Amino acid sequence: MTPETEVELSEMITAAKGPLRVVGSGTRPVGHVVTGETLSTTRLSGIVTYEAGALTIVARSGTPIEEIEAALAAEGQRLPFEPMDHRGLLGTEGAPTIGGIVAANVSGPRRIAVGACRDFLLGVRFVDGIGRSLKNGGRVMKNVTGYDLVKLMAGSRGTLGVLTEVSFKVLPEPPAQAVLMIDGLSDAEAVAAMTSALGSPFDVTGAAHSSSGIDGKPVTMTRIEGFADSVTYRIERLQDVLASHGEVRVATDKEHCAALWKWVRDVEGFHNEAGDVWCFSVKPTMAPQMGADLRAKGALNLLYDWGGGRIWVLAPQGQNMRPDGMNGHATLIRASEDTRRKLSVFQPEALPLKKISQGLRDKFDPKGILNPGLMG
Amino acid sequence: MEMPTPDPQVLAKKSMVVDRLSDVLPENAVIFEEAETRAYECDALTAYSCPPMVAVLPSTTQEVSDVLRICHELGVPVVPRGAGTSLAGGALPTADCVILGVARMNDVLEVDYENRFIKVQSGRTNLSVSGAVEEGDFFYAPDPSSQLACAIAGNIAMNSGGAHCLKYGVTTNNLLGVTIVMMDGEVIEIGGAYLDAAQYDLLGVICGSEGQLGVVTEATLRILRKPEGARPVLMGYDNNEVAGEVVSDIIKAGVLPVAIEFMDRPCIRATEAFAGAGYPDCEALLIVEVEGSDAEIDEQLGKILKIAGKHNPVELRESKSAEESAKIWLGRKSAFGAMGQINDYMCLDGTIPVNQLPYVLRRIGEMSSEYGLDVGNVFHAGDGNMHPLILFDANKPGDLELCEAFGADILRLCVEMGGCLTGEHGVGIEKRELMVNQFEPGDMDIQMAVKDVFDPAWLLNPAKVFPLEASANRRAA
Repeated sequence: MTPETEVELSEMITAAKGPLRVVGSGTRPVGHVVTGETLSTTRLSGIVTYEAGALTIVARSGTPIEEIEAALAAEGQRLPFEPMDHRGLLGTEGAPTIGGIVAANVSGPRRIAVGACRDFLLGVRFVDGIGRSLKNGGRVMKNVTGYDLVKLMAGSRGTLGVLTEVSFKVLPEPPAQAVLMIDGLSDAEAVAAMTSALGSPFDVTGAAHSSSGIDGKPVTMTRIEGFADSVTYRIERLQDVLASHGEVRVATDKEHCAALWKWVRDVEGFHNEAGDVWCFSVKPTMAPQMGADLRAKGALNLLYDWGGGRIWVLAPQGQNMRPDGMNGHATLIRASEDTRRKLSVFQPEALPLKKISQGLRDKFDPKGILNPGLMG
Repeated sequence: MEMPTPDPQVLAKKSMVVDRLSDVLPENAVIFEEAETRAYECDALTAYSCPPMVAVLPSTTQEVSDVLRICHELGVPVVPRGAGTSLAGGALPTADCVILGVARMNDVLEVDYENRFIKVQSGRTNLSVSGAVEEGDFFYAPDPSSQLACAIAGNIAMNSGGAHCLKYGVTTNNLLGVTIVMMDGEVIEIGGAYLDAAQYDLLGVICGSEGQLGVVTEATLRILRKPEGARPVLMGYDNNEVAGEVVSDIIKAGVLPVAIEFMDRPCIRATEAFAGAGYPDCEALLIVEVEGSDAEIDEQLGKILKIAGKHNPVELRESKSAEESAKIWLGRKSAFGAMGQINDYMCLDGTIPVNQLPYVLRRIGEMSSEYGLDVGNVFHAGDGNMHPLILFDANKPGDLELCEAFGADILRLCVEMGGCLTGEHGVGIEKRELMVNQFEPGDMDIQMAVKDVFDPAWLLNPAKVFPLEASANRRAA
C-alpha cells in the first residue's frame, strides 16, 4: 500500500484487517521482522514549506532526505544532527526518507554537540492505529502547548502511528571547518583526548576514534566549524588543549573533512565486513573499559563516536555482546533474523518502563496492527 | 477561571490523610493548619488562589513515594509544586488536594565534568545548578527569567526555556535522565548519563507534562563549558517590520546569536522611566548577543552590524566594556518590573513563526485600541516566542476579565498565524480552555490517553492543561 494523502492513509489503516509493515523506503530495517502487508510512505512526498529566515522546514514524511538536503543547501542551511545513511552498513537500496529518519531518531557525530533528531523535530502529523489523523507540536521553535508527543513519535519506529508530516528546526551551515587528528592513541588515551576537547570552550562538534581509521591506523578526530577567522583561532587553541595527548595534524579542506566525518557517520569501516553490528550508548568515560570487555568477548572492530558515548561494534555472528545490567543501552543494528530474535534487537526495558511502553502501544494502536513486534 | 468543585468525600478524609502522611514524614513536613496552608494557595499567577487541604514537604525520593502511595490509596488528588513560580497556574491547588512541594530536596548528588553532567535533586533552583558547576567553568544552559527562584522540578514540568535557547535549546534538550515517582508510589529511573532512549523516548514525554504523569525527584542535566566571552549589541529602528527583517536577515546570513531580544515602544518608554538604561526612544529595539573569544565576537558582530546598518537604524550601539554590556541588558532585564511599576499586568507567552512578527505586532496594536488596554511587547525574537504584557487595574471591576479576553484573542492570533499558545510558560489553568484553538479533539484525546497510562486514576494535577469539559469523564472515573 502506498497512500498519496493522509486521508487515503487513514482509510487504509481503518480498513486494515491484519498487521501492517510500516516503512519509508526501507533502507533501515533495524528491529524484529514484521509479517504483514507493506505500507510505505514514499508517495506522501514533498516539501510543504521552507522558511530559511525562520530556520524551519516542513515536509511530508516520504520526502527523500536528498531533496530536503538540496533545498537546505541552496540557502546555506542544513539538518544539524547529521543523520546517518544506513544503506552501506545494512546493504540496502532506495532513497532514505525524512520520515524514516524521524521514526528511528537517526543522528550522526554532531549529535554530541547539538542534539539528536528528536531535538530538532518541531512537530509531527501522523495517523494512529485506528485511523485517526493527529498532530502534535507545530512549526515554531518554542512550544510547550500540551504534552510533547513529538519526542515520543521520534524513535517509535512506526509502532505508535504512521508519520505523514514532520517539521524541523534547521541551522546555518558554517562556511569553514577543521578536523584535528592525533595518530596512534590507545582507546583509553583517545577517550581522554576527546574528553579534554569536548570540555573546552571551543565548540567541538565531533569527537571520534578508531583503532583502524580511514587509513587502517589508529586515529582520533575532533571537529570544529564556524566562520573562517573563528575556526583558525580555535584550531590554535584546541591544539593547545590536545598537545599533551599527542602530535596534532590538521585538515581544513572542505571535501576532505566531509569525507572523514561521513566515514564516521556511516560507519564505513564496517561496510563489506562480515559480522553482526551493535551500537552502544554509554557514559563516555566508561568507553575504554567497555571497549576492552567487548574485545575480550570477541569484538572484531570498534568505532567510538560522541567522545566515547557511542560505540559501534563489529562482532562475531550470533554472539551476545550486551553486558548484563549495563548503564546505557545496546542495539543490535545488523544480524540474522535468528540472532535478532535470540538476542533481542533493543535493550530490554526495566519492568515498569515495559509496562508504560505497552500501555502506550495499547492506546495508540489498540488493534496491534502497526509494526507489531518490531520493537520486541 | 473555573476550578472543579472539591470532592466532599476527600475533604471528609482530611484528618485521616494528615494522620497517614504524618506516619511517613517528619513532623514539620506535614502542613494542615489553615493559617499555614495559605502559604501554598497560589503560584506566580496570583490572580487565582485556593489553600490546599494539606501540604507536604518531603526530603527524599522514598518520602515522595510514601506520600503518593498513601494519596493513591485514599483517592486524594496531588498537586506537585517546585518553587511556585509558574505564571500559568501550574501549581494552583484545589481545596481537596495535597500539595507536594519538593523545595527541601535541593542537594547536588553528582558533578561530572568529564562526562559533562550534573545530577541534582529536583527542588534545587535553576541558578544554583549553574552555581554548583561554576568553579569548573561550566554552566547549565536553560535560563528562564525566574532562574533565581524557580526549581528544576518546575523547569522539567513546564519544559522551561529562556533568553539563550536559540543556541542552547530548552529544558528537554538539556535533560539526560530523571528519577520519577508514579502516582502509585513506584520509583522509576529513566535515562541517565548517556544519550538517547533505548526504546520509546519517555523522558521526552515527561518533560513538559506539567506534573501530570509523575513527580520528578532527581534529574541528570547536561552542563556545558562556559564560552570565553559574550557581548551584546543594541539596535533601534523606527518600524517594527524593519526590525523583523533585520532578525530574519541576521539568521539567513548564517550568524547564530545566543540571544535576539525585541522590545517595542511602550516597553522601551516604561523601562527608560524605571531603569534609565539610555535606550533610544524608537519603535523597536533589538538586543543581539553573540559568544566566543574577542576576535570571534568581533567577526560575528561585524556581520551583524553590516546587516543592521543597511536597514537605517535610529541607533547602533556596540558594547565596548562589561559595564556597557550590562547597561544594554539592564533595560531588558528590568522590563517586567518596569511594566509592573506602571500597573498590574498579565504576561502572555505565545509563539509565532518569526516572519509573522510585523503583522502580529500590528494586530496587537489594533486590538489594544479596541480593548482600551495598553500592551507592551518584549520577547525572544530569534525563536518567535512573544511576551506581550497587557496592563490592567486589578482594583477596577471587570478589568481582569477584559484583560483575559484580550490575552485570549492574542493567543488565538498566534495559533492562527501558525504558532502556538505557549512557548515556555506552560498551559496550567491559564490557557487550559484555549487548547481547543490549537488542537482538534483527537489531538487532545491522545494526550489524555498518555496520562491514562501513567496515572489511570487522574489524581496528579488533574484540573490542568486540558479543558475541564474535555477531561471531565476521566477525572470523574
